[in-house]
Amino acid sequence: MADRKRDLLLRSIIERNPIALLVLGICSALAVTTQLETALVMSICVTLVVAFSSLTISLVRAHIPNSVRIGIQITVIATLVILVDQILKAFYFDLARQLSIYVGLIITNCIVMGRAEGFAMSNPPISSFLDGIGNGLGYGFILMTVAFFRELLGSGTLFGVEILPLTTNGGWYLRNGIMVLPVSAFFLIALIIWFLRTIDPVQQEKN
Amino acid sequence: MNPYLEIIIRSFFVENLPLSFFLGMCTFLAISKKVQSAIGLGAAVLVLMVITVPVNHLILEYLLAAGALAWIGQPDLDLTFLGLLIYIGVIAAIVQILEMFLDRFMPALYATLGIFLPLLTVNCAILGGSLFMVEREYTLGESAAYGFGAGGGFFLAVVLLAGIREKLEYANPPAGLRGLGLTFICAGLMALAFMGLGGF
Repeated sequence: MADRKRDLLLRSIIERNPIALLVLGICSALAVTTQLETALVMSICVTLVVAFSSLTISLVRAHIPNSVRIGIQITVIATLVILVDQILKAFYFDLARQLSIYVGLIITNCIVMGRAEGFAMSNPPISSFLDGIGNGLGYGFILMTVAFFRELLGSGTLFGVEILPLTTNGGWYLRNGIMVLPVSAFFLIALIIWFLRTIDPVQQEKN
Repeated sequence: MNPYLEIIIRSFFVENLPLSFFLGMCTFLAISKKVQSAIGLGAAVLVLMVITVPVNHLILEYLLAAGALAWIGQPDLDLTFLGLLIYIGVIAAIVQILEMFLDRFMPALYATLGIFLPLLTVNCAILGGSLFMVEREYTLGESAAYGFGAGGGFFLAVVLLAGIREKLEYANPPAGLRGLGLTFICAGLMALAFMGLGGF
């Protein structure tokens, strides 16, 4: 039983990564990865929302009529997202400004809906909660990896701390401008997918 | 330049939703294997954006904004925090109404757009359009122009990507890159091209 719980938590990170394998939730994932800080905050927000929406939906799953389940799921998710959004705006206003509309867009993040519909509707609350956290971690893993390269190569910093001294400040590192632009995220994700699918050939698409 | 025309052109090319804001990515990548279905999806997004953005603008202005409810004697009420919930509800409702309307009066169009409409309720591009409208404080006319431009931009991007992917069927990439990986790279190259339109 303990094994099963650990499996629920960990399998979404590499084996069944929601972004790389299932192509879910890319929408908001790429725009917030220019800096590690925003990527981290976004990952935490998504993990919280997925975990608690799965928990809530799983708790009331026996009482949800099948025909209106999507509406109910959206309402639960939207309520949680509003909570997260309000907390961010109240305590971390600068971050909220940087994340701009992408916090609100967690509502339409397919990972959240996907876990609610695909897992929480047919599994007990504790498993659903763990599954939600696992998927949040899988999402966060990709986000942080992309953000690591983008911030390091694009601005020479990590979490705002200078690692590679820039030529503009008298150092030796010439800023790689493309990493700051949205375009680089596409390429980085493609490389991550390539990497994951090479070490785990089961995930490769058939010709 | 005419401000409406400027908004349309900017949201169409420079601030293209999928290619520079990554919005609507899931559907953008999932339904771009064939040009035919990409046209259907693009048209559905365009129609929906043109309707939802101005409607959400009206709701914001007359129901949610601070002091908007003065007409029922609640001048201090500020319901903007309910925005997210209401916008997604409005979008879901409009999708449903549009589906019924098309089914009843334009069956030919329904056959093309029908399957994509329910999918678009949870599309980030549609909700994103409304949220950008709120964040940038557009007026009603500007919202309509923005809805048209942004929806048109999505149409353009998804049809172009589908065209590229149809040709890629004949390519022979490394096994790990096949399918999704290659699609990402193509989308990246397209985004690079679209950036040129912004002028640097």
